[in-house]
Amino acid sequence: MNYMSDKPVVADPWQGFSDGEWRNKIDTRGFIQENYTPYDGDDSFLADATDRTKQLWEELGVLLKKEREAGVLDVSAIPTSIAAHDAGYINKDLEVIVGLQTDAPLKRAIMPNGGLRMVEGGMEAFGFKPDETVHEIWTKYRKDHNQGVFDVYSPDILACRKSGVITGLPDAYGRGRIIGDYRRIALYGIDFLKTQKKAEFDELNDAVFDMDTIRLREELSEQFRALEELREMGLKYGVDMSKPATNAREAIQFTYMGYLAAVKEQNGAAMSFGRTSTFLDIYIKRDMEAGLLTEEQAQEMIDDMVIKLRIVRFLRTPEYDELFSGDPTWVTESIGGIGLDGRSLVTKNSFRVLNTLFNLGPAPEPNLTVLWSSKLPRGFKDFCAKVSKETSAIQYENDDLMRPKWGDDYGIACCVSAMAIGKQMQFFGARANLAKCMLYAINGGVDEKSGKKVAEGLEPIKGDILDYDEVMAKYDIAMEWLAKTYVKALNAIHYMHDKYAYERIEMALHDRDILRTMACGIAGLSIAADSLSAMKYAKVHVIRNDEGLAVDYKIEGDYPAFGNNDDRVDEIACYLTETFMKKVAGQPYFYRDAMPTQSILTITSNVVYGKKTGNTPDGRRSGEPFAPGANPMNGRDKKGFVAAGASVAKLPYDFAQDGISWTASATPSSMGHNDNEQIRNLANCLDGFCDAGGFHVNVNMLRRETLEDAMEHPENYPQLTVRVSGYAVNFIKLTREQQLDVLSRTFHDHM
Amino acid sequence: MSTAENQSHVHERKDPSEYGFLHSMESGAAVDGPGMRFVFFMSGCQFKCLYCHNPDTWKLHNGTYLDIDSVLKEIKGYARFLKFAGGVTFSGGEPMMQAPFVGAAARAIKEKYDLHIALDTQGFLHGNVEDDWFDAFDLIMLDIKHINPDTYLELTSQPLQPTLDFAQRMVRLKKEMRIRYVLVPDWTDAKEDVEKMADYVASLGDLVELVEVLPFHQLGTSKWEKLGLEYKLKDLRTPTPEEAEAARDIFRARGLTAT
Repeated sequence: MNYMSDKPVVADPWQGFSDGEWRNKIDTRGFIQENYTPYDGDDSFLADATDRTKQLWEELGVLLKKEREAGVLDVSAIPTSIAAHDAGYINKDLEVIVGLQTDAPLKRAIMPNGGLRMVEGGMEAFGFKPDETVHEIWTKYRKDHNQGVFDVYSPDILACRKSGVITGLPDAYGRGRIIGDYRRIALYGIDFLKTQKKAEFDELNDAVFDMDTIRLREELSEQFRALEELREMGLKYGVDMSKPATNAREAIQFTYMGYLAAVKEQNGAAMSFGRTSTFLDIYIKRDMEAGLLTEEQAQEMIDDMVIKLRIVRFLRTPEYDELFSGDPTWVTESIGGIGLDGRSLVTKNSFRVLNTLFNLGPAPEPNLTVLWSSKLPRGFKDFCAKVSKETSAIQYENDDLMRPKWGDDYGIACCVSAMAIGKQMQFFGARANLAKCMLYAINGGVDEKSGKKVAEGLEPIKGDILDYDEVMAKYDIAMEWLAKTYVKALNAIHYMHDKYAYERIEMALHDRDILRTMACGIAGLSIAADSLSAMKYAKVHVIRNDEGLAVDYKIEGDYPAFGNNDDRVDEIACYLTETFMKKVAGQPYFYRDAMPTQSILTITSNVVYGKKTGNTPDGRRSGEPFAPGANPMNGRDKKGFVAAGASVAKLPYDFAQDGISWTASATPSSMGHNDNEQIRNLANCLDGFCDAGGFHVNVNMLRRETLEDAMEHPENYPQLTVRVSGYAVNFIKLTREQQLDVLSRTFHDHM
Repeated sequence: MSTAENQSHVHERKDPSEYGFLHSMESGAAVDGPGMRFVFFMSGCQFKCLYCHNPDTWKLHNGTYLDIDSVLKEIKGYARFLKFAGGVTFSGGEPMMQAPFVGAAARAIKEKYDLHIALDTQGFLHGNVEDDWFDAFDLIMLDIKHINPDTYLELTSQPLQPTLDFAQRMVRLKKEMRIRYVLVPDWTDAKEDVEKMADYVASLGDLVELVEVLPFHQLGTSKWEKLGLEYKLKDLRTPTPEEAEAARDIFRARGLTAT
């Protein structure tokens, strides 16, 4: 690996780079804009995996297999922090980019600051004994986020959590969905970053010491300290990040180490990587032009970085897994897009990152996300479509929709949440169940499953036939109640998270003054829209139980269902999206002046939402899974996926600025007669969907038989990847219920 | 499609070019013509092909009512997409069973949106229409079930000659064609039959841009059962990929492009 060793590269780490303002203040975007080289060719330059890469991946494969069998391979007893663990390696002699979360691969760290309960529950579930000292410290001497939240929760919040009308709140684990600008470490080095943080701190020396300022000053001190710990962490691996990176290997290494520090410190629900490929391309290109690096070596480093990103792990409980199956970490890397000046942000390194799916085989992580625009170069479009077709492992989001709102250096956190990198974060808020909320409107706030009163102040519907206008009026009040309770919970959660589990290193890689969003979400949109459509265009009879509770519905006649590009129902879905967002935005207080947003996204939690929701007026049976994200209900999109996509594309992004997720599946043979046709058709479909204003699409190109066979013979499909509502999973790691759910989703296999 | 409100119009006396019957629509078809197609599957077919995979389209009046306005309304939302990604295909059933309507619908789409339009037919009924009926169609996808008249009759319950006449007529009208040939084990896969077919297709000349050899599949079986019809081929096997490829090679050997 001698080309990797720290050759005397350039004396000035910024040699050959532009003389812009970025040299004087932190401005990663400015650096990229002034120094990157767009690439509009095709994929023919790419290099295959080297023998070294193959060997490393193979060695890791043995451990991955063991992990699959055991659930969790090993747990470190040391409560984690940035520099808590010694250096760890997969195979030290083979690795070109180094750094693991603990001292061994796949050995999971415990992160009690988020919640001791999650740590101990996770350990016990996988047969590990929780450490007594850790238990003592986090019960006697210090408090965790989880406890803080439950100290302040109100009875209505607890009732909503229990009934499942609000589910997945990050109140027992890290909230995640914060992306540090890890590139800053490579570009500026830790010394400079510390100086900048100190300056930000000193600017506030004479400020009024109100609560906000005091909190901010404390946070800045923590950030400063975290940067020092990051340096210490690097030194354990012999990597000194004090000064800017001097070559491509260092740039990749430093950027990855920034991220590594974050996943050593936080078990956030989604720990995303950012938008690094074009930034790194600048360094790779400089080295190549200096004759220091070949294409093969460049690909090898990217492969190695991606291997590391593939083995990020968190210790979680079986309840968590039921919600978000497949051990997800959402190491989302955003690729491509168009700059504000109209130049494509695609570089050769954008190709290299996607090429890892060929070199290492398909995998759910990192969550590779292409920022799509019809203006992307043809060669890149075709390559993306080819990768999708072969691996089903990438998702697409509409850059033309996001760029006007977030600029051209945003990244996707988790699945669909866009944020300007280093300048914006979100308070993750999981989601509220709009379908169940409708049942509360019908039953006067009494839960249809438990028979218990959950929402106060609602009167039940008494008639035997559901009247659209009457239900709408009551639904409006129910949504108002839900939004109020929901925002209360989120304010409590994020106050406590800042207090007990602050993201020190991630925030150290942000500007001091940032935009915060309060990212609410909704589930069950298509069910709610279809139910209302049934009331309006057919006749819905109510069936009540002995207690007078509406528990079932009989539909007389047909109704237009969401997903067929039929305005009659699509408008209802748009109305609900807009209405709930307005209810949220109308709440009196948002912690830290956060800007309220919402997503239409479920990930795999659509299965759990289904379990917790009784029969619905659209004809869906109790317990049956919801459609994922903004998808039409399974099997109701009768006109094929272009019509389904057109319906989804109508949902207004302005009222769902945290993203709208659509998952589309098709068999390769239904997309054209041969490879070229399939690739071109897929790329054209993506253009068409984005042109129509669609926000996000997961593309699955799989045969139904493959999935069925994988359920029977998981051992033959260790890397089979499917995309589900915003992220990808290893199919064989899903619960059987979720596998069946994936199968029952419309396979658009036109006959 | 607003079925309920339009149903009443069916009983009014109208020009047959104003309304038709539709089996279903598919907004994202990629194997029914070049690129991504919006397909109108018209109902009604006078053939009773033994291997039909859409027997539910046979009866005309099983379909839902459709008029020109609703066709245009349906296409409107996709026109921009279809313009660069593909076009519109009329399939079935046999779309020429409703020639006045299908012709009018194709003309209306052409006029309003200028999209590429394909017709998927077996050509049998072409005697009922004038030459200018075809003006709106950019591509004819012609199904020829068999080249031997006797087997053709046995397979489809109809004679072969009108279909061959249709092909000659398309040559005269200089229409681009795709020939579709379903490869059915024991019925259409004999080497000499495929060769004879390939000779014939080659004789049509350069207008044939593509030959699609479609391996028989069993995906239509449940439809036969649902309709209470006897499905004679229910135990028939699916051709192997190699067999399909061998058939394609026979066409290729005559200078044709086959897929």
